[in-house]
Amino acid sequence: MKTLAEAKSKLPLFIFLTPILLWLILLIVLPHLDLLRMSFRIENDYGDMVWSVNNYLEFFREPIYWLTFTRTALYAIIVTFLTLCISLPVAFYITKVAPPKFKGFLSLLLLMPFWVSELVRIYGWMILLRESGVVNHFLLRWGVLRQPVEMLYNDVAMTMGLVYTSMLFMVVPLLSVLDSLDDSLIEAAFDLGSSMITIVWKIIIPHAMPGIASGSIVVFMLSLGNYLTPNLMGGKNSLWFTEQIYNQFIASFNWNQGSAFGFLLLIISSLIIFVGLKLTKQKLSGVIQ
Amino acid sequence: MIRTLPQSKSYSIGFKIYIILFFVFLFAPLLITCVLAFNDSIFPALPWKGFTLDWFFSDGPERVGIFHDQINLASIWVSFRTAFFVALLSTVVGTCGAFLFEQETFRFKQLLYFLMLAPLVIPGVILGISILLFSNTLGLFFEGRFGIDISLLRPGFWLVVLGQFSFITTLVTLIVSAQLKKFDYTLEEAALNLGANRFEVIVHITLRFLKPALLGAMAVAFLMSFENFNTTLFLVGSDATLPINLYLQVRDGSTPVINAISFLLIVGTSSLALFNLFIQRDRSE
Repeated sequence: MKTLAEAKSKLPLFIFLTPILLWLILLIVLPHLDLLRMSFRIENDYGDMVWSVNNYLEFFREPIYWLTFTRTALYAIIVTFLTLCISLPVAFYITKVAPPKFKGFLSLLLLMPFWVSELVRIYGWMILLRESGVVNHFLLRWGVLRQPVEMLYNDVAMTMGLVYTSMLFMVVPLLSVLDSLDDSLIEAAFDLGSSMITIVWKIIIPHAMPGIASGSIVVFMLSLGNYLTPNLMGGKNSLWFTEQIYNQFIASFNWNQGSAFGFLLLIISSLIIFVGLKLTKQKLSGVIQ
Repeated sequence: MIRTLPQSKSYSIGFKIYIILFFVFLFAPLLITCVLAFNDSIFPALPWKGFTLDWFFSDGPERVGIFHDQINLASIWVSFRTAFFVALLSTVVGTCGAFLFEQETFRFKQLLYFLMLAPLVIPGVILGISILLFSNTLGLFFEGRFGIDISLLRPGFWLVVLGQFSFITTLVTLIVSAQLKKFDYTLEEAALNLGANRFEVIVHITLRFLKPALLGAMAVAFLMSFENFNTTLFLVGSDATLPINLYLQVRDGSTPVINAISFLLIVGTSSLALFNLFIQRDRSE
């Protein structure tokens, strides 16, 4: 009898391994090493390229750079928290409160908007919120406002846009984690006379923790690296760090400075993911699936 | 509290209102975009001035509908070609990845698996700039050393394809792996016992079993590529993809033609999503 293990030669391994290695080395490993190398190069007074940490020093010397950096990280945290607060009741409703026959339909409905391009979704919000927009139109018509107000191009609009954009990545893990929560736990707590707040804090949130953690990590990362939403919905003075990177690369054509910024963003993003995984004792592969 | 427990009236009504508001929040921007694509006005705004199909079919001179708008049509075509190649490449390589991580054992497998997941946690912007830098470095190297100019390494169509491929392949690998995990290996062993070699087994048995997952992964890859903005932004050359082109138009003001394109995109992606769902359901039955 021939078993699977015996039939295995080295040949299939190499056939599968080669494209994977080519992909990961040529498109992931080497480009990021190049990014690191470029970030330590500057042009000296004679126009030659030399090694230096100047690009990183520049980041700390110029308040605009590190202020944007901190601002971006802070807003990403706020966005993550808001997304969690909005998504948790929705996930709870769909898995536990809604009649079971609507469950599939509601989850499907929830996912629909996220198949559509982020640009289209943001464009929709722009049409709604801007000075000549739909919301202003109705508020004027109902006499709430006397003259139109610009609701776009500020931090509130930007935060809302980011929450909207990344909602899916919070709701999906919450749905799956709450689906596995045994109803009898809640029933038992209820019979024993606990209040709703106790049930939420002592049963639902502890059980949902893995989902909360993975959702938060993904939402944080996506908000931090987002370019489109802050650029189109944020104000002219409310810079996002990815915009700084874009400016260095495309506008000032200072690729070395841009690389340093890029690397800093990569570090903070990996660091937060790492800390988040350690705190919640999870594995990266578990979070992604 | 939950459906098996008695609920107070205010609790259940309050919760229902919250959910309704949530879905309004979710769908309002998309619905309004679609509705305004048919408004007979030169601005994508209310008031409603009547129904028109001008923003789709009019061929000028005052209004140019999307089907006569050469720039937008060209960018849609670029996006289609990009998405086609990305879907094809990433499905082939991603399937290799699934077989590699599910069926083979080798040294440093864990490390390579971790590296394979990395593209998903690297911000798209960083992926874009690092690939731009590296291709530029390579281009300079080839030019300085051998005096040849490789146009492939300059921002443009193929660099965009490679950039999108670099992270979409991870998704494909995960989707196909998930399906491969459910595979019944006794089928493979039976075929081997009957004298098939390993490649015949893969082609006739395993790939046939994986077909729905492969189609689904290809659809997801196509969609992800078609809509990608962050990575593409840094790698794009003279022929802009649709998201880049739309971004430039949205930033500098807007016409209902953008609504018309958005409408087509919403209808298109929804049908692709339903198609994907249909494949999955078909399999489970």
